[in-house]
Amino acid sequence: MNRLKLSDHLILILGVLFMVSPVVLAFITSTHDALTIFRSGLQFTPGDQMVENYRKVMFEAGGFTKQVDGWVMLQNSLILGLGFAIGKIVISMLAAYAIVYFRFPLGSLCFWIIFSTLLLPLEVRILPSYEIVQSLGMVNTYSGLIVPLIASATATFFFRQFYMSVPDELLEAARIDGAGPWKFFIDILVPLSKTMIAAIFIIMFVFGWNQYLWPTLITTDESFFTLVRGIRQILQVWVGSQIPDYQEAMALAIIAMLPPVIVVVIFQSWFIKGLVESDK
Amino acid sequence: MATITLDTVRKVYAGDVEAVKGVSINIADGEFIVLVGPSGCGKSTLLRMIAGLEDITTGEIKIADRLVNNVDPADRDIAMVFQNYALYPHMSVYNNLAYGLKNRGMKKAEIDRRVKEAARILEIGEYLDRKPRALSGGQRQRVAMGRAIVREPAAFLFDEPLSNLDAKLRVQMRVEIKRLQRSLGTTSVYVTHDQLEAMTLADRLVVLNKGQIEQIGSPIEVYDNPASTFVASFIGSPAMNLLEVKAGEAGLGLAKGTGLSAPNPHGKPAYKLGIRPEHLHVVDGQTVPDGHLSITATVNVLEPVGAESFVYASFADGGPEIVIRVSSHARHQPGSTLQLTADPANLHYFDPENGQRLTG
Repeated sequence: MNRLKLSDHLILILGVLFMVSPVVLAFITSTHDALTIFRSGLQFTPGDQMVENYRKVMFEAGGFTKQVDGWVMLQNSLILGLGFAIGKIVISMLAAYAIVYFRFPLGSLCFWIIFSTLLLPLEVRILPSYEIVQSLGMVNTYSGLIVPLIASATATFFFRQFYMSVPDELLEAARIDGAGPWKFFIDILVPLSKTMIAAIFIIMFVFGWNQYLWPTLITTDESFFTLVRGIRQILQVWVGSQIPDYQEAMALAIIAMLPPVIVVVIFQSWFIKGLVESDK
Repeated sequence: MATITLDTVRKVYAGDVEAVKGVSINIADGEFIVLVGPSGCGKSTLLRMIAGLEDITTGEIKIADRLVNNVDPADRDIAMVFQNYALYPHMSVYNNLAYGLKNRGMKKAEIDRRVKEAARILEIGEYLDRKPRALSGGQRQRVAMGRAIVREPAAFLFDEPLSNLDAKLRVQMRVEIKRLQRSLGTTSVYVTHDQLEAMTLADRLVVLNKGQIEQIGSPIEVYDNPASTFVASFIGSPAMNLLEVKAGEAGLGLAKGTGLSAPNPHGKPAYKLGIRPEHLHVVDGQTVPDGHLSITATVNVLEPVGAESFVYASFADGGPEIVIRVSSHARHQPGSTLQLTADPANLHYFDPENGQRLTG
C-alpha cells in the first residue's frame, strides 16, 4: 500500500514538473536582459531585470505605431475573453432552452444543425466569416471580435443535456405556481445551472482568451491587439541589428497566463461540481 | 373550495392512443376523491387534465362552475402535489412555499403570514431556512404539501404523493393528509395505484381501467358491491377469489375441477363467481346449510401475517386456487382437506363475458 502511494506521488510530482517547469523557466528568463538571453539562451537563475522588464511590457507603448502597451492589450484580452464566455453562455442557454422546452416545427432538426457545426472549426469557415464581418463594417471593433464567435455548439449541447435531466415536474410545479416561460428560465433554470455555467465559463473564457487567428484577421488597428497577439508582435520587431526582446516576450507570456489561471482557481470548485454533481 | 365537474372528458394522444375515454365525474365541494387503477389506466392523465398540464381533447372540465378547458394551470386556482415532490432545489423551504404567492404579486406580509401558518400546520417551522436536499423524504413531502396549502386553492390535486416514501412513513403521511384535508375542507383529487391508500383516504373512489370508469362509490360500497370483475380483483387484499362456474344438475359447479357447489340465483348457464377471502368459513364437523356455498379444497400453504393468516387451497381435479382468511390461531396443515362455506349474501355473480356484476 505504501509503495503504491509512493509511486502515485512520484507520478504526480513528475506530472507537475512536466507542466510547471516551462512556466517557471519562462518567468526566470523574463527577469534577465535581452543580451544575456540572446547569448546564453534560457536562464535558470533569477536575474535583476524583473521590475524593469514587466514595467516596460505593461506600460511602455510598443508595436509599429507605438500606441499600444501591455495594459491596453490586457484590457482587450479581458474584453474578448469575457465577451466571448458570457456571450456564449447566454446564447447557448437560450438556444438550449428553446430546443428542450418548446415544441416548434423542426426543433430537433435545428438542434442537429447546431450540433453538426461542432464538426466545423473556426479555421474551416474563417473566410466566409471574415467576408461577412468585413462587409458589415465590423472590422476593428470589439463586436466584430466577439459576436461572430459566440454561437457555440458545445455549450448548447451541454446545456441541452442538462435541461433534459431536469425533471418535468419542476416545470409543471412552476407553471402551477404561476411562472411563465421567462420566469421559469430566470427563477428556476438559471440558478439550477449555476455550476454548469461556471464550468462552461472557465472553458470558454480560456478558449476566448487564447484566440489568435480570429483577432489577427479582424483587427488591424493596434489599439485592438490582445495579449496573445502582442507576444508575437514583440518578437516580430527585427529592425536593423536589434536583438529580439525575448525577455519582454516571456514577461508578456507570463502576464497573459495570469488571468486564465486566476479564473480557473476561483471557479475550480464550481467547475468540478458542475462536471460531477447532479443536484436536481 | 369548489366543485369540480368532468363531462365526458377524453384524451387522445398522437397516433390515436386514447388514454382517457369519456370520463364524467361530479366532485362535490370539500369532497376527497381518489382515482385508483393500475398503471396506464389514465388516472394521472385525468388529474393532469384537471390541473391544466395536459390539453383536453374533447369534453369539459369545470372548477367552481367555471369552464377551465383553456385556462392556464396558474389561473385554475388549484394546487398540485407531485410524486417526486418537485421542490425547487436551489430555494429554501420558505422560498419554495412563497414562490407561487410572489408570482401572484401578493404582499410580503401576507406571504409571510401564510407561509408561517402552513409551516405551523405541517410542523416544518424549523426547516424553513433549509434547502430541500437537506431534508428527509417525509419532510420534503410536507414541504410539497405546504406549497399547496399556502395557495389556499379551490382544490388540491395529489399525484401519487406517497409512493416515494417507505412503508411506515406512508401510513403516517396518509393519516396526516386525511386529517389535513378534513380540517381545511378543500376539495381534493388524489391519484394512486395503491388500493389500500385509496380505500383509507377516499370519500368516494373512482376505479379506472383502460381509460374508463369501472365504478364510482364510497370505499365500502365499492368493496362490498364491486361493479365488475376488474374492480373485484383490484380492490381488496388479498384479491377476491374469482372462479369460473357453470350450471350443473344441482346448482353451480366449477368449470374446471371439482369440489364446489353454489346456488344459481340468476338462472344463467355460466358465471364468474366472486368470494372475498374473509367470507369463506371453515366448517368443522357440521354440515353446510342448504343453499349455502360449499367448497372442498386441499390446503397448499398457510401464510401467517400476524393478526390473521391466509390459507391457499386448491380444488381437486386441476381446479383453481383460492385464498381463505382465517384466524391467526388456525393450524391448517398443507395437504389437509378443508370444508368451506359462505353466506349466499356474500357471493358475487359476474357475467362471464363482459365481467359486469349481475344484480337482482
